[in-house]
Amino acid sequence: MRSSEASICLRKSNRGLSRMISQVFILSSKGDHLIYKDFRGGAGNDIVSIFYEKVTALTGDQPPVVMNHKDIYFVHIRQGGLYWVATTTAGSSPFTITEFLNRLAALVKDYCGSLSEKSVQMNFALIYELLDEIVDYGYIQTTSSDVLKNFIQTEAVTSRPFSLFDLSNVGLFGAETQQSKVAPSSAATRPIQSSREQGGKSEIFVDVIERMTVVIGSNGLLMKADVEGEIRVKCYMPSCSVWCVCAVSLTEMRIGLNEEFSIGKSQLRGYGAAVRVDECSFHQAVRLDEFDSHRILRLCPSQGEQTVMQYQLSDDLPSALPFRLFPTIERDNGGRLLMYMKLRCDLPPKSAAINVCATIPVPKGSVSLSQELSSPDQSAELKPQSRAVVWQIARFAGGTQLSALFKLEVPSLSSASMLEVGPVGLSFELPKITATGLQIRFLRLSPIQPGPSQRWVRYVTHSDSYTIRI
Amino acid sequence: MPYLGGEETVRELRRALSNPNVQSDPLRYRNTILKVIRTMSQGVDVSGLFSEMVKACATVDVVQKKLVYVFLCSYATLNPELSLLVINTLRKDCQDPNPMVRSLALRNMTNLRLPSLVEYVEQPLTAGLRDRAACVRRVAVLGWAKLHNLQPSSEIDAAVVNELYSLLRDPDPVVMVNCLRALEEILKEEGGVAINKPITHHLLNRLKECDIWGQCEVLRVLQRYRPQSEDELFDILSLLDSFLVSPHPPVMAATLSLFLSVSSNLPAISLAALERVSGPLLAACGSGSREMRFAAVCHIQLLLRSVPGLLGPHYKRFFCGYAEPAYIKERKMQVLVELVNDENVAMILDELKGYCTDVNTDTAQAAISAIGRIGRSYSDRCLQILTGLLGLKQDHITSAVVQTMRDLVWVCPQCSDTVCLALDGCEETLQDIQGRQALLWLLGVYGERISTAPYTLEVLIDGVRSEASLGIKMELLTATMRLFLCRPAETQDMLGRLLHYCIEEETDMCVRDQALLYYHLLHCEIEKTREVLQGRRSDPSLGVLIGRPAKPVSQWGRCFNTLEPLSQGAVEAESDSRGSPEHVTYNPKPNADLSDTLSCSHIEEVHSGSDSAMRCSDSSTNVLASSIAAPLSLSLSPSVSPEDFEHLWLQRQALHTERGAEKIEEVDCAWIEECVRCPAVLHCSPQNLQAAMQLVNIQTLAFTPQHMLPWRVYLYTHTQRSHSMDAPNTTLILGELLCTGEANQKAGVKKGTADSEAGAEGKEDQLVRKEMDATADRLRVSEDGQEEEEGIKVILNQQPKDDDALRQFLTILITVLNTLSSEKD
Repeated sequence: MRSSEASICLRKSNRGLSRMISQVFILSSKGDHLIYKDFRGGAGNDIVSIFYEKVTALTGDQPPVVMNHKDIYFVHIRQGGLYWVATTTAGSSPFTITEFLNRLAALVKDYCGSLSEKSVQMNFALIYELLDEIVDYGYIQTTSSDVLKNFIQTEAVTSRPFSLFDLSNVGLFGAETQQSKVAPSSAATRPIQSSREQGGKSEIFVDVIERMTVVIGSNGLLMKADVEGEIRVKCYMPSCSVWCVCAVSLTEMRIGLNEEFSIGKSQLRGYGAAVRVDECSFHQAVRLDEFDSHRILRLCPSQGEQTVMQYQLSDDLPSALPFRLFPTIERDNGGRLLMYMKLRCDLPPKSAAINVCATIPVPKGSVSLSQELSSPDQSAELKPQSRAVVWQIARFAGGTQLSALFKLEVPSLSSASMLEVGPVGLSFELPKITATGLQIRFLRLSPIQPGPSQRWVRYVTHSDSYTIRI
Repeated sequence: MPYLGGEETVRELRRALSNPNVQSDPLRYRNTILKVIRTMSQGVDVSGLFSEMVKACATVDVVQKKLVYVFLCSYATLNPELSLLVINTLRKDCQDPNPMVRSLALRNMTNLRLPSLVEYVEQPLTAGLRDRAACVRRVAVLGWAKLHNLQPSSEIDAAVVNELYSLLRDPDPVVMVNCLRALEEILKEEGGVAINKPITHHLLNRLKECDIWGQCEVLRVLQRYRPQSEDELFDILSLLDSFLVSPHPPVMAATLSLFLSVSSNLPAISLAALERVSGPLLAACGSGSREMRFAAVCHIQLLLRSVPGLLGPHYKRFFCGYAEPAYIKERKMQVLVELVNDENVAMILDELKGYCTDVNTDTAQAAISAIGRIGRSYSDRCLQILTGLLGLKQDHITSAVVQTMRDLVWVCPQCSDTVCLALDGCEETLQDIQGRQALLWLLGVYGERISTAPYTLEVLIDGVRSEASLGIKMELLTATMRLFLCRPAETQDMLGRLLHYCIEEETDMCVRDQALLYYHLLHCEIEKTREVLQGRRSDPSLGVLIGRPAKPVSQWGRCFNTLEPLSQGAVEAESDSRGSPEHVTYNPKPNADLSDTLSCSHIEEVHSGSDSAMRCSDSSTNVLASSIAAPLSLSLSPSVSPEDFEHLWLQRQALHTERGAEKIEEVDCAWIEECVRCPAVLHCSPQNLQAAMQLVNIQTLAFTPQHMLPWRVYLYTHTQRSHSMDAPNTTLILGELLCTGEANQKAGVKKGTADSEAGAEGKEDQLVRKEMDATADRLRVSEDGQEEEEGIKVILNQQPKDDDALRQFLTILITVLNTLSSEKD
């Protein structure tokens, strides 16, 4: 303890300066060098391998975010199965560097269409170009896609043709840049020479994404429920890309939320149907003049993806929890563990959860599993590595109930082994549902866009961590 | 991964690059260059293509230009001469009508990192500063910083610096921020860019124009600014208030850092800022990016050092998600331990219990030791969980549980009965060294109460030949010796065998020496042996204080928003000093009335005592700090851990008793015993006593409960007298307050001293505090009459000796005690 504090004292002397990013590199999960950019010079070439050694030397696949080698600090994030690494000094802000790496990954995703080893490999020239514009001499210059698109010239290479219906992987932005042989520079620097095709399709996606964190006690009582939500706007408008930059943008988007939407605990109004969140924050660009009266967000969308609003709700969910589990667990005489699981989905009857996966920890030394599942579209298997039974349900309709009987051979079964059973972790996706009840009433663009335009509003709730104790 | 046949590839690429047909077809030319870059990033050395690539630079195709520059910047340092050829193209590009081309050329010109090119670069850079395009100015400004770092010894061009200062008023916010960055680098020697009032206010006014990166940069630079008046300070703080609750964690963190540094001598403001920031930090704890979550949780740990109860109601936010990585889980558990209180202890233990069987052994062990730390205050519940876990008979869990129990009984000896019962049968499951060592220690110390102890040891002794671990052998020796002292009949034979083996056959010197030592000890009287082996035991009557007092913000303010809290080392430091449940409810700021009385009486005392005044640092109230300018100040840093204290104390005491008081002066330390009459202190609750002592920077380390006799308090502080600027005269004072409870006045003051280092950053140590019955207080009041006459013996030990300081300290101490007594009445 003493020595660590002493080292803090030592380092504070030089922390005023040198808070920049020295290198940025992207590694595949196998350690292949995909991108390496040295902003400050003077770094040894082996820095990448030092990092990879450190990552692989640790047990488990979850190395801590910050690692250091002498005075060099590595900050890394994992996205798309890749390591995104920045090297810096001890005095740097972890928030800034992490946010930067997240933003970089998001931009690469915007430009390349998807985030994978393959897309990064194919678009290395584009990524070098991006990095060049984002960071100069280790200092972050801009990460706004509006500014960047004026500078980025390289075309994205996509491995497959873009499909409008492939919504999980919107590569529109990448595809869009292909049309722009010479992009206009920003208005402040150059007049617009629009050689760009007008009248392309404009598309706007508004996604309401919520993540649930729930703990249900062994007595079935709700112990904790948190919802973190955000509204994301993805915007691909050919005309927008020309005009947004020069003037304040001619296109304004108005997003209407539920009228009875309220923030904070005290502000309950209406008769119970209110949609309430505890805290709420908005993107800088959002104008809130109509928010108080009509719950309308106004913004001028920029190309690519941005998070317009973030909100959070604790403990007080307006609707019933999506899943309830009724477990019965007993030992039989032959040293077998019998687990009878009834899982009920309490969503409204017309909706359904998809990709439901229940992970049930089982005693160490469980050898084999035999199962009786209530319907054929489920599957379950024993994963000795993670010491768990994984029960998967591809689609789970609201208002229905599934059950499963698992019989486990556990040679060393004792009464204490029951401690090892549970808690059950559930992961799932609830399309078209928000846990807070937040809805987009309308989505309007003004002035009306020329040419065809597509507007999409999507809702989805994910499980961040849904734990049911046994 | 170098390609096989890298040379072949290079040769082929060269052929393609110099092929006139390729050169005349822009698309083919660009594709060939793309291939070069691809080969380069795969790790093949393509530096041989330098001259071909230089030629490819002269093109109108911007994409091709960019690609070539990527190549040139990587290899320029290897080919300084050839690089000269590029300069012409680059300089020409700097005149290009397209600002994008100009900025590109300028940026890469400075990125070549060739000192020999500096003379060619200066002119375009100067022109770049006045370019009408903001993107060129951005590049030019940073270009000067790069140029300066290329030749750090060269003189700083005052004209450039002036120009950069004037560009702080550039309409483009990025240019402004880049100017700050460039000036910071160029003026490094002078401590960075000058931050005066006009610049500060200019930057603050433009903060809203910047993007989040710019805001962070400006906020960081402004940390150096010291407002000239309190009004100005408050203006700045209110201007920044909206940034403090920014939804962007980087901005929020940078703003808090700024708040903490400008209000470093206004603790109330720092604390208010911490409270304000807790909302956004909590939100960051639920961020979608797990790296961001981790950063936020680590910083919350810092905040909790100063405001232990801050996030009490939000403890559920720190429950671990089942898919979260182990490093986040570990930190979250540390936070949970800090947040335990009477209301939530059941919930938290229930949650932690679930983690104990985690697949990841690190997580499981961290959860077990977290339960152990909570056990210091809620021992029954925790022991029940721990005992239950032993039933699993899994080596890593059993090991962690046994280690946790060992640590727990040392702090809470009253748990030992339960622990002794639980240990039965553990030895079969234990595999790892730490776990077995812990078991051996427990068997040795509590051997009388564990019926199977001799048999367990016998098995190990029989297998000692095949034992590889040194630590186990040493521990086994000690444990067997200890057991022999309490159960000689059963142990004698095996002890003999063990000693024989260790002395005759063991090759390791340490083990042999220890065995020999024990052998010789046994030859002396048994009483001596007992003294040696059973000397260090925790005193069951002396409940150690649990929980850390709130530390001043200044102790961690500097490492807020740096990588320090996220690094591994910090984890250990943190886990070392766990908090306790009671502590959460314990208000770090002494209650108002107490502090009022204290500060008043202090000022009086100090003024009457002529030159003896004292300055309170850190935790003391503002009033105190401002009203007293003093030659003597007390401080709690560097902290003394309970173990260090015990060690020093016993050492001094031995010296004192052996040689007498005069001799001690030779080793430069003082020992005083004095009697103080303030009996009511006995009835003062430990919290009050501790709070009062802390107010004047005296740290209490351990207490007996308030009505137990003999009543004891151990405390320490550092005195610092700053009459000479260069050599602050610091001493360490260790003290014991003792009330034997005998009717006559046996009172004394012990003073002890030990070396202390001046000027080190403060830190306080973990204190283990026993919660008192408030009701006992009331009961005793009736008996006050008889005890009125009783005095408190104050024993102080100071080193190095400094009589003045000691006397002043005693005055302060007595004042505190008297104040507390009078409060009672």
